[in-house]
Amino acid sequence: MNATQDEEIRLSMSEDDYFADTKKLSKRHALSKIWHVIFAASTLVGIVALTALLLNVFNNAFGYIALENSIQPEELAIDGVSIEEMSKENLVTILGDHVSKGLMRRFESGMTWEERSRENVYNLVLERVVDPKSVAQWTLYESLFKVNEIQQEMTEKYTEANLIFKSWITPSFITLPQSSNPLNAGVRTAILGSLWIIFISIVFSFPIGVGAAVYLQEYAKDSFVNRIIQTNINNLAGVPSIIYGILGLALFVRALNLITSGAVFGYTDPMTANGRTILSAGLTLGLLILPLIIINAQEAIKAVPNSLRQASYGMGATRWQTIWNHVLPSALPGILTGTILAISRAIGETAPLVVVGASTFITFDPDGPFSKFTTLPIQIYQWTARPQDVFRNIAAGAIIVLLILLLSMNAIAVLLRNKYSRRL
Amino acid sequence: MASSNPETSNGRYVFEAKDLNLFYGDFLAVKDVNMNIERNKITAIIGPSGCGKSTVLRSLNRMNDLIPEYHATGEVIFNGINIYDDDIDPVEVRRHIGMVFQKPNPFPKSIYENIAWGARKVTKYSGNMDDLVEHSLRQAALWDEVKDVLDQSGLALSGGQQQRLCIARALAVKPNVILMDEPASALDPIATLKIEDLLQELKKDYTIVIVTHNMQEAARASDFTAFFNMDEDRAGYLVEYGETTRIFTFPDQKLTENYISGRFG
Repeated sequence: MNATQDEEIRLSMSEDDYFADTKKLSKRHALSKIWHVIFAASTLVGIVALTALLLNVFNNAFGYIALENSIQPEELAIDGVSIEEMSKENLVTILGDHVSKGLMRRFESGMTWEERSRENVYNLVLERVVDPKSVAQWTLYESLFKVNEIQQEMTEKYTEANLIFKSWITPSFITLPQSSNPLNAGVRTAILGSLWIIFISIVFSFPIGVGAAVYLQEYAKDSFVNRIIQTNINNLAGVPSIIYGILGLALFVRALNLITSGAVFGYTDPMTANGRTILSAGLTLGLLILPLIIINAQEAIKAVPNSLRQASYGMGATRWQTIWNHVLPSALPGILTGTILAISRAIGETAPLVVVGASTFITFDPDGPFSKFTTLPIQIYQWTARPQDVFRNIAAGAIIVLLILLLSMNAIAVLLRNKYSRRL
Repeated sequence: MASSNPETSNGRYVFEAKDLNLFYGDFLAVKDVNMNIERNKITAIIGPSGCGKSTVLRSLNRMNDLIPEYHATGEVIFNGINIYDDDIDPVEVRRHIGMVFQKPNPFPKSIYENIAWGARKVTKYSGNMDDLVEHSLRQAALWDEVKDVLDQSGLALSGGQQQRLCIARALAVKPNVILMDEPASALDPIATLKIEDLLQELKKDYTIVIVTHNMQEAARASDFTAFFNMDEDRAGYLVEYGETTRIFTFPDQKLTENYISGRFG
């Protein structure tokens, strides 16, 4: 465009045209307002959904319950001495009077009466003889705002029962094993199972995942085969977890039965059922998170500036020295972030573990990789599937435990990450 | 490698490039380079963008080998040994021929570790590390500025200090030659002058080859100048090579004169 054309155009524009955009301003502002509202609304929906979830869980985890005893403790008093002050011998007698002979023998084979403390026997009496049962539960909302109605209902329907405010999360809920009585049930077995499985899957997939990422980023040439491998790793990250469960069942539980059941290591526990062990579950979840770890580690390695590699190579360092001393330390915070995400995914997985053969009811602690297992999500799933309402309350308690476990493991990983990224 | 051949390592030339052709895949990037680089002198490589200055520089310590498609034909004789021989390990070549890059790239470690890393891992230096760090930093004229903050991150230094740290780092592995790829182009004029003064000090002990965009810098700092240009196929070639004073006053080639006087490039 030459100068005269330029001049002509300028002359042809009236003064109004110069500020034509200003007139469109209100329209533009309106449009930007609409977008603003849409984006804010999306955020709001997410926050509302999360809050509803948390409220729902807490609503079930606390509240009034109506406890009804099979036998009132006062009726058990001997010569005016209540069971709280009774000697161990008298407590054993009471126990013998009220439970079957077979159960007494089972108690005794577990631990002789001499070995048991008075406290222990007292708890057995409470559990087996007094045997409190929750006949009605109210949610936290009802317990806080509808106390009158609850009390009215108590006087009408549950005359025998005591009304107590119950927090379903208690220290004993965390330390007790699974039980068929919801008031005595705990999540210790499930927590230990979850920790064991996470530990095994991390030990399995972290070194392999980081190794594969190093190979793909630093060694592999950009060839057709490598591009196919890369695409497939990306696809694997999106495969539904149940399919990993089926793979785990076929591979670890069935094909590698001798290894996963511990038979080749001389571990012959009849309780261990055919490779449906912690090891199988951990390896299955390890496979599940492997693509996630590879992809995240690759991204972290990719983000390491090339100038750092050049500096190292330029001094005569080998490829291994460059990767080990410069690339990996710089990529470590990113790799750890990816691992955090992977752990979070693994700890909440239920479906593949059901397929691999998680036990729904075990009361003993897992004692090693060849032990039977259950995990927190499995436990929650199993409790919510029960017909009795009261199991929904302990499920809510277990959900809170699961969330706390998840958050604290993430916190540890974040601390680790910050520690490494602060190193200059 | 180099030190095993004392006869030639005291010769006049550190590098003798013979019929050197450099390729990226099928693309001929630089063709027919024949030049000898003198010992304990500063040789500047100048030329317009894209003429292959950096490619030539990086061919001297086989840094280009990190690029998968790269290959070279011809010879580069370094102290009597052809570094492109099949039995030569590029990693070892780079130990003897250090490199400083355009953008300062200290390791994300402490100043001390920046210097000590190469000595510890690459050359397996077994002497007193503190002495080596101090000596290297003194050589790079950085000691007085950082002696109290050796445990501070190398990245916390200013750009000019970072670049001198990179020079000190290269010196700590005891190379024969230092290649510099536009070492001052990312620095302010005062930092640039410091680097140039440093080069004059360093050439007593080292041979220096420097690529630069800055004609004044080449004129001020170098003893020899090589002018590269590219032909119509975008392949770089050596137009003229000689003592800097002559190149900048009475160049043989019209092309060199045009470039130096700013008529193109």
